[in-house]
Amino acid sequence: MAYFFRRILLLLVTVFLVSLITFAVFQIIPGDPIRIMLGPEADEARVETLEKQLGLDQALPIQYVNWMSGVFTGDLGDSIRFSRPVSELIADRLPVTLSLAFLSIAIVIMVAIPLGIYIAKRPNTLRDFVFSSVTQVGMAIPSFWLGMILMLGLGMSFQFFSISGYVPWSESITGAIGSLLLPAITIAIPQIAISFRYIRNTILEQLQLDYVRTIRSKGITERAVIYRHVLRNAMIPILTVFGLIFAEVVAGTIIVEQVFGLPGFGSLLITSISYRDFPLIQGIVMYITIVVVIINFVIDMLYAVLDPRIRLGE
Amino acid sequence: MRTFYKNLCLIGILFLIVMLVSACSGKEAGNAAKDTNDVNIRINNDPDFLDPHMAEASITFQMLLNIYDGLLVGDTDGSLKPALAEDYLVSDDGLTYTFTIRDGVTFHNGDPLTVEDIQYSFDRLMGTETGEPLSSDFENVASLDTPDDKTFVITLKEPNSAFLSYLTALNSAILPKSNDGKHNEHPIGTGAFTFNSYSPENNLVLEKNESYWKEGLPYLDKVTFTFQPDDQTALLSLQAGEMDIVAVGSHRVPEVEDQFNLEYQDSNSVLLVGYNQEREPFQDIRVRQAISYAVNKDDVIEAAFSGYATKLGSNMSPAMGDVYMEGLEDVYKRDVEKAKALLAEAGYEDGFSTTISISSHAALYTNVAQVVVENLKEVGIDAEIEVVEWGVWLDRVYQGRDYEMTIIDFTGVLSPYETINRYVTDADNNFFNFHNPEYDQLMSEVLVESNLDRQKEIYHRLQEILSEEAAAVYLADYQIIWALNPKLEGYKLYPYFYHDLSEVKYTE
Repeated sequence: MAYFFRRILLLLVTVFLVSLITFAVFQIIPGDPIRIMLGPEADEARVETLEKQLGLDQALPIQYVNWMSGVFTGDLGDSIRFSRPVSELIADRLPVTLSLAFLSIAIVIMVAIPLGIYIAKRPNTLRDFVFSSVTQVGMAIPSFWLGMILMLGLGMSFQFFSISGYVPWSESITGAIGSLLLPAITIAIPQIAISFRYIRNTILEQLQLDYVRTIRSKGITERAVIYRHVLRNAMIPILTVFGLIFAEVVAGTIIVEQVFGLPGFGSLLITSISYRDFPLIQGIVMYITIVVVIINFVIDMLYAVLDPRIRLGE
Repeated sequence: MRTFYKNLCLIGILFLIVMLVSACSGKEAGNAAKDTNDVNIRINNDPDFLDPHMAEASITFQMLLNIYDGLLVGDTDGSLKPALAEDYLVSDDGLTYTFTIRDGVTFHNGDPLTVEDIQYSFDRLMGTETGEPLSSDFENVASLDTPDDKTFVITLKEPNSAFLSYLTALNSAILPKSNDGKHNEHPIGTGAFTFNSYSPENNLVLEKNESYWKEGLPYLDKVTFTFQPDDQTALLSLQAGEMDIVAVGSHRVPEVEDQFNLEYQDSNSVLLVGYNQEREPFQDIRVRQAISYAVNKDDVIEAAFSGYATKLGSNMSPAMGDVYMEGLEDVYKRDVEKAKALLAEAGYEDGFSTTISISSHAALYTNVAQVVVENLKEVGIDAEIEVVEWGVWLDRVYQGRDYEMTIIDFTGVLSPYETINRYVTDADNNFFNFHNPEYDQLMSEVLVESNLDRQKEIYHRLQEILSEEAAAVYLADYQIIWALNPKLEGYKLYPYFYHDLSEVKYTE
């Protein structure tokens, strides 16, 4: 129990520090949210009135304190750019980015793990060489380019794929998959490349360990060796990599959502920064911080599940 | 192991089948959608506000003008036509404007339009009750009166020849008083389409106004404005049939001209190279003229717009009608020798180094800057391009006037006065730091001049001054090229940003 309290306290402190850093960085960049929205032809009287109404005429530290006191009462404030509550905007975007992230992760797991095992069993063969070279290329491909190529190659020829906009799950399940699959593949390919190499190497390492020779000598099938023993032992380092990959995928959504015009978190973050939308930036950064901390926590938990020797809180 | 892969293959095949089946059903759904009376239009960016009194961006009004009306409306030729005001009268002294309100107009919520609503709308803009004006266009208003329930009277403090142009929905949309405090959340107007929903960074959906005051209009049932920041994706979704109206870049015309109807809109914009005339060496008119002689407008038009642009010579586009001064576009015809001579005369025989600060939000500026840099190099001016973010550009270059050279385009407004007001010495937005006493004098004269011919003469002279003084290098009014679904008809072009969908329909 004490362990959980410590984790939660750590989460709160992290979130607070991150918001303070965001605020500090925000003070450095020039730009005025209302003027960026209204453009160069902005009417001076309008700018002045809107700034007064939105409380932007106050000094930034005061805005920060106001925002902070709002957070304590559960109010994240209103976005300047969209005149909507920040919590509502985040809640609207959540399904898009989460679906995209989980779909990408699912693709990575479905492709990288079987492929990693398959190649690990055939090290230094022609197949190993081909796949290792292909993944090297996969790692180097920039995602915006890959997205464009997929759009041209698949999006244009199959009506199934929607190449602009997002179809909510509640509206049509195939529609949602159609709008998310191409971006998910775009995000997944470089991650598959990274995790495939990692999985291959980890399993190869495991296969050379003494316990493998011992269990093989007991005469069990090769499949049981791989799946019951090697994979389980290899899972600990692989899990660590997947924790990192999850963070990469969340970062990847930022660019890929722009390319595919998906109304997810990434585009919201970019917009909030370019429009100096202080409440919205703070809200998103807080959210991302919380997600990353929670993912780390879940991975720590999984270590203990996979290997009972690891105990939490020690 | 074998069975594992067999299973994997099976799952894969099943997945493919599901995809193919749904692909086929998806196609049917796509065709079915076309049978209904809907239009999907690509817009680059979200509206700044849905409340037309708060909004300023031209991209916003492109959409919102379908929801709101003003007392007057700007027609396709730029002239002002009656809208919610059936008729209007301007007194001889130019101070009293009397409007007769149209009968039988209702707001989208069913309430009839009354003079109180009009009074409320102007009070709101002027901040009469709150002390917080939302517009400075009406500072010159002495009083608003409603003598009877069909008449609305505006009295000015001083005559203002530009005043009528403030009375369209662009500057003063008429809002229902009953919707006070909710204009930005749930817009209600009198326009051809009613507000349905707004989903940030996704779309704005409008529906047919069944009781629109123009009999029999509109034809469409639903209009969706989809926010799509990426040009390439927008073009692809046009080709995939997901969008019906998309602006395409001039260099993409060959790819779409066979399949789609193209409309070429003179955007009434002014693209220019500006310099800070408070700084060395741009204080010197000879240097400014030398730069004007150095820049090859034809090169710029070819490189940045594939020729789809009109060459300009002053801060006004031909789309403005007869106030536009013809014949200024070639005053500074490219002449490298003359440019060098002028520079030498000004004491810069060896040229000088400078920086062109441009915004990163549109590729246009970079494309133009590269041509300009090459042009300037030939006369010995060494210019470096500095790309900054839009927010930084506005803050530092535009507001702070901390720059040497820049490239920017200004979108058109209906009023010629507003178009060139930025060159008045003490104008807030005179980021050129342009200063010319004759110009200031004429600008204050034209405002009180009621004779239209004399107004025109003054506007011509004002454009001439900008050219003579080389207040900036005026490059071009570029065309916006709209690719439309070939089944659509009735799309009209305006000298300002307006997707007028009230008369758009599908041909049989």
